Order: sequence, then C-alpha cells, then structure tokens
Amino acid sequence: MARGRAGPGEEEALSSRSPRGELVVAGALVAASGCALAFVLVYAFDGADTQLLGLSIGLCLAFLSVAAVVAGTRVVDQSKAVEERPRLVKEPLEREVTELALAAGDGVSRRRLLAGAAGVAGASVTAAAAVPLASLGPGNVAAKLEASPWRRGVRLVDVHGAPVSAGELEIGSYLTAVAEGADPRSLGASVVVVRIAAAEVQSHPEWAPEGIMAYSKICTHAACAVALFRYPTYEPTADPPALVCPCHYSTFDVRKGAEVIFGPAGRPLPQLPLSIDAQGMLVAAGGYSAPIGPAWWGVRRT
Amino acid sequence: MVCAAGALYGFAGAAAGQKGTAGGGGAPPPPPPAPAGVRAAASATATAPGGGSAEVARGRTLFLDGCSSCHGDDARGVAGQGPSLYGTGAAAADFYLSTGRMPLANPHDEPTRSHPDYGRADIAALVAYVAALGPGPAIPAVNVAAGHVNAGMEAFTEHCAGCHQVGAAGGIVTGATAPALNNSDVTPTQIAEAIRVGPYVMPAFGRGEISDQEVNDIARYVVSTQHPRDSGGWGIGHIGPIPEGMIAWLLAASALVLVARLIGERN
Amino acid sequence: MSPVRRKGEQRRQAPATTDAVRFVDERLGISPLLRAAMKYIFPDHWSFLFGEIALYSFLALVATGVYLALFFDPSVAPVVYGGSYAPLQGAHITQAYNSTLDIVFNVPAGLLIRQTHHWAALVFVVAIVIHLMRVFFTGAFRKPRDVNWLIGVTLVTLAIVEGFAGYSLPDDLLSGMGLAIGYSVLLAVPVVGGQLGLLLWDGPFPGSGAFVDRLFIAHVFILPAVLATLIAVHLAIIMRQKHSQFPGPGRTEENVVGTPLWPAYMLRALGMMTATLAMLFLLGGLVQVNPIWQYGPYEPYLGTNGAQPDWYMGWLIGALRLMPGFDLTIGRATIAPNPFFGGILFPAVVFGVLYLWPAAERRITKDFARHDLLQRPRDAPARTALGAAFFTWIFTIFMAGAADRLLVSIGFPYAGQVWFFRVLAVVAPMVVFAFTLRLCRELAASEATPLREWEGAVVAQAGDGRYQALEVAPAEGHPEREPVHGPPRRPEW
Repeated sequence: MARGRAGPGEEEALSSRSPRGELVVAGALVAASGCALAFVLVYAFDGADTQLLGLSIGLCLAFLSVAAVVAGTRVVDQSKAVEERPRLVKEPLEREVTELALAAGDGVSRRRLLAGAAGVAGASVTAAAAVPLASLGPGNVAAKLEASPWRRGVRLVDVHGAPVSAGELEIGSYLTAVAEGADPRSLGASVVVVRIAAAEVQSHPEWAPEGIMAYSKICTHAACAVALFRYPTYEPTADPPALVCPCHYSTFDVRKGAEVIFGPAGRPLPQLPLSIDAQGMLVAAGGYSAPIGPAWWGVRRT
Repeated sequence: MVCAAGALYGFAGAAAGQKGTAGGGGAPPPPPPAPAGVRAAASATATAPGGGSAEVARGRTLFLDGCSSCHGDDARGVAGQGPSLYGTGAAAADFYLSTGRMPLANPHDEPTRSHPDYGRADIAALVAYVAALGPGPAIPAVNVAAGHVNAGMEAFTEHCAGCHQVGAAGGIVTGATAPALNNSDVTPTQIAEAIRVGPYVMPAFGRGEISDQEVNDIARYVVSTQHPRDSGGWGIGHIGPIPEGMIAWLLAASALVLVARLIGERN
Repeated sequence: MSPVRRKGEQRRQAPATTDAVRFVDERLGISPLLRAAMKYIFPDHWSFLFGEIALYSFLALVATGVYLALFFDPSVAPVVYGGSYAPLQGAHITQAYNSTLDIVFNVPAGLLIRQTHHWAALVFVVAIVIHLMRVFFTGAFRKPRDVNWLIGVTLVTLAIVEGFAGYSLPDDLLSGMGLAIGYSVLLAVPVVGGQLGLLLWDGPFPGSGAFVDRLFIAHVFILPAVLATLIAVHLAIIMRQKHSQFPGPGRTEENVVGTPLWPAYMLRALGMMTATLAMLFLLGGLVQVNPIWQYGPYEPYLGTNGAQPDWYMGWLIGALRLMPGFDLTIGRATIAPNPFFGGILFPAVVFGVLYLWPAAERRITKDFARHDLLQRPRDAPARTALGAAFFTWIFTIFMAGAADRLLVSIGFPYAGQVWFFRVLAVVAPMVVFAFTLRLCRELAASEATPLREWEGAVVAQAGDGRYQALEVAPAEGHPEREPVHGPPRRPEW
C-alpha cells in the first residue's frame, strides 16, 4: 500500500490553517461545556423541562460540531494524500482457489450420483425439519379470521354496555354498537348502526326495521374502523348517505347494502340483519351477511 | 371558500329578482309536511318562538332579502336549491348563521365556516323567524364547566374523530370536509348545535346517542384542544405525521446537507 | 517549517500517547491495522457525507432506544390511566400505552429522548434515501460496489420495517390503525396470507399479548441487530474496496485522492456526527413529534380522520388509496385482495427494480468492467433519466397519500385527486424522463456547470488551492471532465 504526500501541496495546505481557528475551537469547546452544564442544571433544578433540555443539549452538540469542523478544516494538517487502490483480483491466487475447490472431486468416480443423492437428502431433511412448523399453524383459518359473536337474538349494546333502543335513533343518526357479552376488541363484535328513512332502504328491507341498519365496523379493505357517516341535510345539494373509512376513503352506500361506491375496498361491508325485540331494543336477526374483516384468499365462499 | 361579501350581494340580487312572488306577509303559514329528502327533526323539542313578534317580522324581512332565493319566500324550500326550514328550529338557524355558513352564494357549494354576514342582532332576528316557523330544536344550553374533559375525549373519539380527527383538527369525508374545531372561534354553543342539528352531511346525534351531559363533556374536550398540551414543543399544526415528515425533509435534512457542503468539497 | 509544525513535533514526544499505543499494541498487536485505518483516504466530496448522516442517526437511535427500553413495558395488560394528563384520566388502556405516557410525562428527560428517537428514525430514512440516490445517480453501484448496493437496498427495506414496528409499539390510536392496515396487507398475500396473519398476530387481529412481545423483540433486538450487522458489513466492504471518487486531476481508477482519516477527516466526521446529533436533539426538544397522548388509546372499533403513517410509509398509503376498488377473483376464489396491489406488489416492484438494477445495467450496456471513478449524472443520460422517472413515479404516489388534506383545503375534492394522481403517476415519469434525458445530453455537450457557477465564490474560497497542489499529472481544460488515467469512456446508453 503506497501512499505519497505531494510535496508542493504541503505548504499551501498549511497556509489554510490559522491560529485564529485554534481560538475558535477552544471557544466552541468552552461554549459546549457551558451548554452541557446548563443541561445538567435544567435536569436537576428546573423539573427537566423538555424544551430547555433539548435546547441545551442541542446547542452543546452544535458547538462541539463547530469545534470539530473548524479543527478538521482549519487547525490540523490539511494536506491531501493519494492511496493506491488494492487489487481485488490476484489471478494466480484465484486460480489456485478454483483448483483447490475442484480437487475435492479427484478420484471420485460417481460424482453426479453422489451430488444428486446429496441434493435429495438435503431437500428431504429440510422438508422434515419444516413439518413441525405446522404445529404453530393456524388451523381453521376461515373460522378464526371471521369469528363473529352475532347470533339470532344477541342484543346490540353501546360501548358502555347499554342496550340500544330503536326508538332513540333518529333518521340520519349513527352509533357504534357491539354484541352483548362479546369482547369489543374482536373484529367481529363491532357494528355501525345507522338509521335512514325506511323508504330509502333498497337492499334487504327485512334486515332494516324502521330503516335501522347495522354493518360491520371493520372495513373490508384494510380493517380500519369505518368511523365516518355522512348523511346530507338536503340531498339535492350534497352527496348521498354513505359510510366512509377514514384510512383510504372507501365509501359504502348504506341504502344499497353498503355497496362500494368509491375507494379501494373490494367488497361491501357485511350487513348484520336486525330486528326489534319486545322491549324496543335492537337485536341481531342472524349472523353477518358475509365474512367480516379484510379480504384474504378464502374470503368468498358463499 | 365562499367570499362572504360576494355571497351577500349574490343573494341580495337573486332575492330582488324574486320579490314579485313574495307572499302576503304577516304571520308565518302553518308548517307543511317536510318534503322528501329533508331530514325529519325527530328530537323536536317544542320551542316557543324566540323574541317578540316584532323581532320575527324583522327576521322575515332579512330572510326575504338574504335567504329566500334558495329557501323560498315562504321558507318552504326551493326544489334543488335549498330545504324547507319548517321545523328546523333555532339551533340550526343559529348554527348556520353564526358560523357564517349561510347565506351561501351557490347552493351547490359546501357551506364552510367564514366570518358571519350578519351581526348579532340580525342573527337573533333571523333565528327568531325560523324558530317561529314551527317546533324544532332550540339552541342547546351547554355548560362547559359541568363537562369532564376525559369523558369528552372518550365520547369525541367514539362519535366525532372519524371525521373531525381525534385532536379536532378537522379532516376529509368523500364529497365534503369536516371542519377543524381546534381554533378558538368555535364556541361551545356551536359545538352543541352541530351535534344536535347535524349540519350539511354530518349526522345528527340525538340524546339517545349523545346525552346532554356528554355534549357538555365533548364541548369541554373540544375547547381543550384549542389549547392542547404540547409538552413536546412546537405542535406543527396537530395533524400528525405529514408535517413531521416535512420537518424531517425540509428542515432537518436540508440543514444537514448544508453542513455536509460546508465540511466537504464541491468538486 | 512553520511554528505550528514544530509544536506538533514536540507533541510526538508525548509519553501518554506513546504509552497508550504501546499498551494496545502489546496486547493486540494491531499497529498495522491502526496504521492502515489512520492513513485511510476519504475523498472530500460533500455528497459522500449522506451515508454518514444515516450512520449517525442510527447511533442516535440505538442510544435513545436503549434508554426508552428501560422504561417501556410491551404489555397489553389492561390498566386504568391515573396520570397527570387530564383528557385520559380514567381511560382503560394497555400497559404499553400507559408506560409510554409515563415516559412522556413522568420520566425526567423521557419526552426529550422519546422525541429525539422518533426524529432520528425519520431522519435516518431520509438520509438513507438521499444517500441511495447519490449512489444511484453517480453510478457508484457498479462493480465492485454492486454487492454493497444490494446490502444498502436491504438496509432501506429493514429501516422502513423497523420504523413501522416502533411506530406501532405505543398502542395509541394511530399505531393501532397502522397495524390494522399492516395485518390486512399481510392477509392479502395470495394463498397463505390468512395463515401468515394468524401466525404473526397469534390469532386474528388485534392478536394476543404474544404479538406485542414479538413486535417488541423485533423492534429492539432482531431488526437492530440485523441492521447493525449489515451496516458493519457495508462499511467493511467500503474499507476493503476503498471509496469511489469523482474523476479529477490525479484521480484514477487505481488510486484514491483525499484526506486521511487521521486527524483531519476524523475531526470532520466528528463534526458531521455532532451536527446530526445536534439537529436531532434540537428537534427532540423543540418540535413535537407523534404526541401519542393527544391521540388516545386504540380499539379496533375506533378510527380517526387523518390517520397517517410516518413519511417513509407514505408511498404505500398512496398506492393503497389509488387502487380502484376490486379484489382480484376467479369464480369464488379471491386470488389477490385489493391491498395486495398497493401494499405488496408495488413495494415488490420498487425494491425489485433497485435490487436488479446493477445486474440489469451490466447486461444492457455490456459493461462488465470494474469502476472506481464515478460518473456525473449527465455522463449516463439514460440511467439518469430512467432513475429520475422511477423516483418521480414513487414520489407521485407518495403525494397521493400525503397531499389530500392540503389539496382539499385549496378546493380540490378528494375524488378528483384520486384520478389526478392516477394520471399523474403515469404521465409525470414520462415527462421527467424526456426532460432529464435532454437536459443530460445538453449539459454533457456544453459542459456547463449551472449549479456550480451558482455557488462559485464558495468553492474558490475553500478548495481550489488545495486542488492544484495535488496535480500529479496536470489536466488540460476543465479538470472535472475526464480522468487522466481513466479508461476510455463507455458509449452512452
């Protein structure tokens, strides 16, 4: 490895160095120490205020940076150097390695047979080693992904556990409900309940008593909560009623069984058939109309 | 954004052109059935018409001048232009007028918040007139002091955050925008009105979904978002990771590239 | 000899240094290595520092991350919040979220460290991307550095995954929504997506407590260990091959011209490091990032408008949003659910192009030679134009995920934006390609240096004198134009 210093460069390189630079470096280092001390004091006596801490440690580092940069460009030797690049390929050596590698097969007569057998053995051992992974495996994928607590007669309750009274829902209202007794965190449990004028329900009116409908709250696109309901005060000058997902703005027409009218979702929101029990409370009239949750390989079966 | 002055002039002109069709005046006619497409005010709280009949009459004059081109001289609506105001109540009128959403230059525009066209007295007169048309929700009484900010955050997240963003910074709905509520010109009364009325494409929330106490809670929370606890420093708009990314690229990376240029050579 | 020099010579007698070197050498015998390292030559071009910014951000991430891990509790155990942040008091939250709130409000300097950690993550990926573009547009990925390019592309991928894992840990509303999308994208993998999702989450979303443990181990151990190892290999390969350099007087394919590590470059690198750290800590103290207390806890049935990922995931959100609404089905079988296209296919194409580029370029140009001298972007117009178009394509899709709010606020409805960006994602790369190709050819022909003339004064002050001093073989005309000992320039492609 040869490295030469160009003679004439040295004088000029040295000329860019200045005694003033040394003073700047010393000053910056002192300033940095001051800021570091300030950091300690803020931490100890000022209740560790985040802004003052950040400011003091940030300025400390900035002064260190000034010191290092000035020292690196103005104080120490600035001469450049040339270094030879190593040759990566050394041909005799490379040949020798190749020969060594090939020499392993010297004197072996059934090379292809042995190589093939080794290959088969490797593959089978790998396969055997992979099989136990199946015990981690998910089992009945569809049943787990699309588990739903809804059965005929399960009551709808709000997120505080109170049953939902059909009479209290105005036209144009929007409510999040879950299956009574179910874990509200499970994707199958939560529904959006909306009410539109009964005459406007264009799909499965039997599932929507008095225009009250429930759809899975989990978007069929990417599992976000469908947390937007737009319901126009005056439809001629605004967009029609729809549920919208806030993540990618998939928009579902509630009048037509939550059919996708905009955005990337590939399926309607599954609908939960509703009925009203003797106390006037909302109950499920059955399970979801389709598998809930984001789509996967086996999501369409029915 | 609708230019408020333009909206006013536009309406004045339109109203003048329609004057000939004006009805006989005097007491408002009895409420007709709500036309199809107009949301029924199910939680109609019977409200006594606010103010005296003199105020109602003044409101009617203002109405004919500024509102009737879309809502009709008799306030029963003009098909395809604006809904009937019968039964919409004082809450809706006060909300739309005090937030400057009405009057609207083009009825097919989205009404957005702007400086109110009318002064307080005129708004009161118009509200009295609309309230006198028929029973509808009164201006809700909201008591921020009785609200709990934690219950408010929970209720806001459940009912409102999907559109208005969890920190009340506003958001997008397909076909509309949800306004930011975290600026201090949004008043607790307007918050309560919006909850009960459901302006434009917002759903209306009755007492079954959001109780009066929860309205207080939500108002308290929304007011708190107008001065959020920014323990971390500059809040960069409170709209999450997009401004953060811009700071990372435009401030941090640019500054560091500049430092690199100071340290390194350029040829 | 100047007085400065003499002082330096006096210092050479310093017994402390002599003793220190002796101490190390007696035990490890590494003087040859130390000598090589101290004499290692760094080319001085400023654009070589981007990778260093990424490296120093990574150091900041490790340091602050270790601190945070001392306080963070990756547990989904339910707790009722009883801390000082009033809007959350009484809220039913997980211990993960609770301990993050604790770091924010109760651990002295905790918020500073947490915010510095987050800013460091954002700047880390920014620096990697700028570094990647520098390497791409100067042809620094060519043999023998193609192997390091592959490691570099792997590093970007892992950095993004690592960032997403960290963003997902606090269990606030935004992190939960991000995980829901991640789960859906995994479910969208053809054939085995459902199985993968159930395996990784230990059941259907939101998964069991085991999932948070896995996420935590991945974020604080597995991914950082892999990142650190790959960074070490990345640097070791650079040291082995030596830095590439721009052509210039005295610079050839066989040498490296620049500043030795010791002492000047060491100090400059230290300056770059402290500048990076200064920026990160200043941001960490003064600019609020990811204020999770303002977002509240996540539940699968809750959602907020404007939920965005950190910027380095923005291109994927854009792609998810731009896809028309359909699942690819054959009969009843869902071959590819919608998130497959934006969440899997799109990044696969992007990273596939990056991985395969060096080999593809070798094949197409039939240039199998070793290259240690860099090209200016104009020296390879086709590559520059294709690369510019490629990055424009990604950037356009990124904007589709990031600019919605801004555009709506100036009166551009969202539905129109989707079509606008769909068209732009096709048109903009083509326009950029044509424009860049022409620009490169004209610049190459005229040898104009518009950018350099623009800041000519600065250059003259800092570097010209040093340059001439090094002329081993003086070059005629423009010193940058042609390497003196370089190989004949390849035909443009």
